[in-house]
Amino acid sequence: MVKKTPFFARTGPLNETMLWEHWAGYLVAQKYQYSELYEYYSVRNSAGLFDSSPLFKYQIKGADAADFLRGVLARDIGQCPVGRAQYTIWCDDHGWILEDGVVLHVDDDEYWLTAAEPNLRYFQNLSHPYEVTISDISEEYGLLALQGPHSRNILKQLTPDAEKLAYFELSSTQIAQKNVVLSRTGYTGDLGYEIWVNKDDALAVWDALMEAGSGYNITPFGQKVLHMARIDAGLILIDVEYHTARHAWVDEQRSSPIELGFSWMFRGLQEDSRPFIGRRAIENELVSRSSRWHLVGIEVDWQRYENLYNGLGLIAPKDHTPIEEAMALYDGEHNWVGHTTSFMFSSVLKKHVGLAKVAPYHAKSGSPLQLELVVNNRPLTVAAKVVKMPFYNPARKTA
Amino acid sequence: MSQAQTKYDAIVIGGGHNGLVNGAYLAKSGLKTLILEKRHLVGGAAITEELYPGYHFTTFSYALSLIRPDIVQELELVKNGLLVLNMPTTLAPMENGDYLFLGSDHYANYHEIARHSKADAEAYDDYTTMLNKVCHAVKPLFDQIPPNLFSQEPDELARLADLGRHMRHLDPKTLHMLVRFLTGSAAEILDDYFESDIVKGLFSSSSIIGSKVGPRSQGSGLVLLFHKMGEVDGAFGEWGFHKGGNGGFTQVLARAAQSFGADIRLNAGVSSVISKNGEAIGVALENGDEVYADVIVSALDPRRTFLQLVDPRELPTDLVEDISKYKFQGVSAKVNFALDGLPEYPALPGRFDLYRGFINIGPSIDYIERAFDDAKYGSFSKRPYIDACIQSTLDPDMTPPGKHVLSCFVQYCPYELKDSDWDSERENLGDTVQNTLESFFPNFNDLVLHREVVTPLDIERTVGLSEGNIFAGEFLAPQMYFFRPAPGWNQYRTPIRGYYQCGSGTHPGGCVIGGPGKLAAQQIIGDMKQ
Repeated sequence: MVKKTPFFARTGPLNETMLWEHWAGYLVAQKYQYSELYEYYSVRNSAGLFDSSPLFKYQIKGADAADFLRGVLARDIGQCPVGRAQYTIWCDDHGWILEDGVVLHVDDDEYWLTAAEPNLRYFQNLSHPYEVTISDISEEYGLLALQGPHSRNILKQLTPDAEKLAYFELSSTQIAQKNVVLSRTGYTGDLGYEIWVNKDDALAVWDALMEAGSGYNITPFGQKVLHMARIDAGLILIDVEYHTARHAWVDEQRSSPIELGFSWMFRGLQEDSRPFIGRRAIENELVSRSSRWHLVGIEVDWQRYENLYNGLGLIAPKDHTPIEEAMALYDGEHNWVGHTTSFMFSSVLKKHVGLAKVAPYHAKSGSPLQLELVVNNRPLTVAAKVVKMPFYNPARKTA
Repeated sequence: MSQAQTKYDAIVIGGGHNGLVNGAYLAKSGLKTLILEKRHLVGGAAITEELYPGYHFTTFSYALSLIRPDIVQELELVKNGLLVLNMPTTLAPMENGDYLFLGSDHYANYHEIARHSKADAEAYDDYTTMLNKVCHAVKPLFDQIPPNLFSQEPDELARLADLGRHMRHLDPKTLHMLVRFLTGSAAEILDDYFESDIVKGLFSSSSIIGSKVGPRSQGSGLVLLFHKMGEVDGAFGEWGFHKGGNGGFTQVLARAAQSFGADIRLNAGVSSVISKNGEAIGVALENGDEVYADVIVSALDPRRTFLQLVDPRELPTDLVEDISKYKFQGVSAKVNFALDGLPEYPALPGRFDLYRGFINIGPSIDYIERAFDDAKYGSFSKRPYIDACIQSTLDPDMTPPGKHVLSCFVQYCPYELKDSDWDSERENLGDTVQNTLESFFPNFNDLVLHREVVTPLDIERTVGLSEGNIFAGEFLAPQMYFFRPAPGWNQYRTPIRGYYQCGSGTHPGGCVIGGPGKLAAQQIIGDMKQ
């Protein structure tokens, strides 16, 4: 029997489409209303509310919590003081990525971590030498993401902390007299917050947000729009941009953090002496430049795309539904050089954009590529080029 | 050299959206370009104003669809702030209290139409496919300089032949339907597909916007087709609301023009174009300054371009006569409201998701025709057609939180009233519109905090559009394509060398489309290379 999140009593009746998905065993809305673009533009122009409760949530607590995490996570959590959050990854011994997630440093010896897949056993197996307790708190908390330019205006009616939080800061505060942990984080590339609330208080917090947001067109949004927004923002997704190395069979299924664009996490690694899982392999890859490919952004040449379809007597489709499957990429001589991982017409950018894995030689910004499309059941190519990510990056996100 | 005497390569008269597009393209091509706007803000009829504290009104133009997609790309409008918000719904209230409510789901729309007529639901897909094919056939004509029908130049003859080839390659049904749209009435076409009053009322509303025709008038088909030529993300006939209204959009255009190096001067009305030996050399401003340039472009309507900015005696008499007879006869008004909350539609109590797109008060062709009847005899409609939109449901920044703005486009309001004048009738029109809304949304009056009435006379006075015609000239077949604005002068040039036209009175204007601005720039840049 599929599980329901602590917000289901509210999200259920709001879903006029009755289109649901299963996410980590929970029932979540694919979209709430017929027009997912209305939900999308709420995130980009007013405020959208997303139920991210199905994420796995772990509490890492104890005198050695920091020490433990500094060895398990690839990015140095030592750089994340109490009251801050950090986007992070963890790897295996060979430097292949296992997963990505966000860590919240909620108290001196206490961290909360979100993950897309179960990780309790993995972390517990590594924790024996440390004075640390790892608990699965997934079912104890509901998790909401309030995202969009008016998210701060909504939250500041409910807690004074909303206005104080800088990008990736967090605070323990109250909303509607209920204890919450509020972080300025999200997965949409916009100004936004995430709210952890005890499951018994979930509905009170949902109601308070909807009430405070009514003057700002607050709109619940579903999975489809989350995926559209994360592509705009150039944010990766497990099982789309990468697969966890834990269950991989061959290296082609594995990814290194460098290949996924996370070199920035290892700037200053020379001054950081901590051992962490995968360190040696990552160092080797950085020195030897042995990455097999790089994750890049691509953008399709709008004129050639139009011409391609018009030449066939068709209207060029501009579908904002993400295609999270591989589409082949070639160089000018039709040599295969990589593939997209995600692709869509971004309604806000008025362009077809995609995340793609390409050979390092073709990863430089501006590199010309040919993208394979299937038109009338025939493979045809259209000009594209490598562009910088994020595609969409409003100043308000970090302001 | 003082600023007043600075020499430019090109001067654009009028900072309406086509002037801005034109100036942006000229600047992008490397020309030192100045855009002159007589008012304190750019945008012409596409402006947003805070006419009541905290409430932002799209005073005139109120939605976006026809802006050419190539302009969005070429002028890098996204980088400059373009944000077109999706308008997913249309509510068409009926006089018996029922409604037609369409959204973005194909089959939900099928069932909603079937509630009124199963046959109409079945016909809806066929109608849409037919219309899309006709739009697709016409689209290339929108995005190219039209051929000069009267030229013997080999290039022009070749382009006419290209046009002929394009038409000949259309399938017979599409070509036939195209001719029907261009020459016939919307009602005749809709009668072929639909039977229910509300469906025909809603679909015929595009056939009268801005035009002195009813759905049963010959020529209304052309108006309908024109309004379906717009698109949002590749879908013909869709409309969007730009963040901050169409004033927000023209600010984006201004930023784009400036990013390419164009100068914009506000409060700089032009009194005349200075010419010497049949060649335009500059402009004289209302403040007495003169500014010189090799190219002068008028973004104003044809009457002002040919009969006011230059001495008509410098022009061929045929052209002067054509422009003198060019039809404006504005019939549209705006009534904009500040609202204390959202109205409730009695048949759908508690449903506030009804207002995320257009509210179409035109429940049947008869209703719209009766509204037109009043205008034919010199009065404004007693029961007007209203194209309304509560824009704050799309963009909360239009109002204080929880409050709303309602934009009402109203027809028919003839520029020339038979027994009165607009200064006397302004508030009577406001009352008529408010009462009409009250008849569909009981207690609407209680929500009204403020009202702005904009008559055709106000449009003319404020923006300059002759007779308040929102398209800078009627969408009549003899005033389109080969003939917009006059036979032989459809390629943005004028008889005065160096003097060009780029307003909505040239192809493919009007609406907020940008095509005239772009194509005129293309012509100017091409001429300069010769």
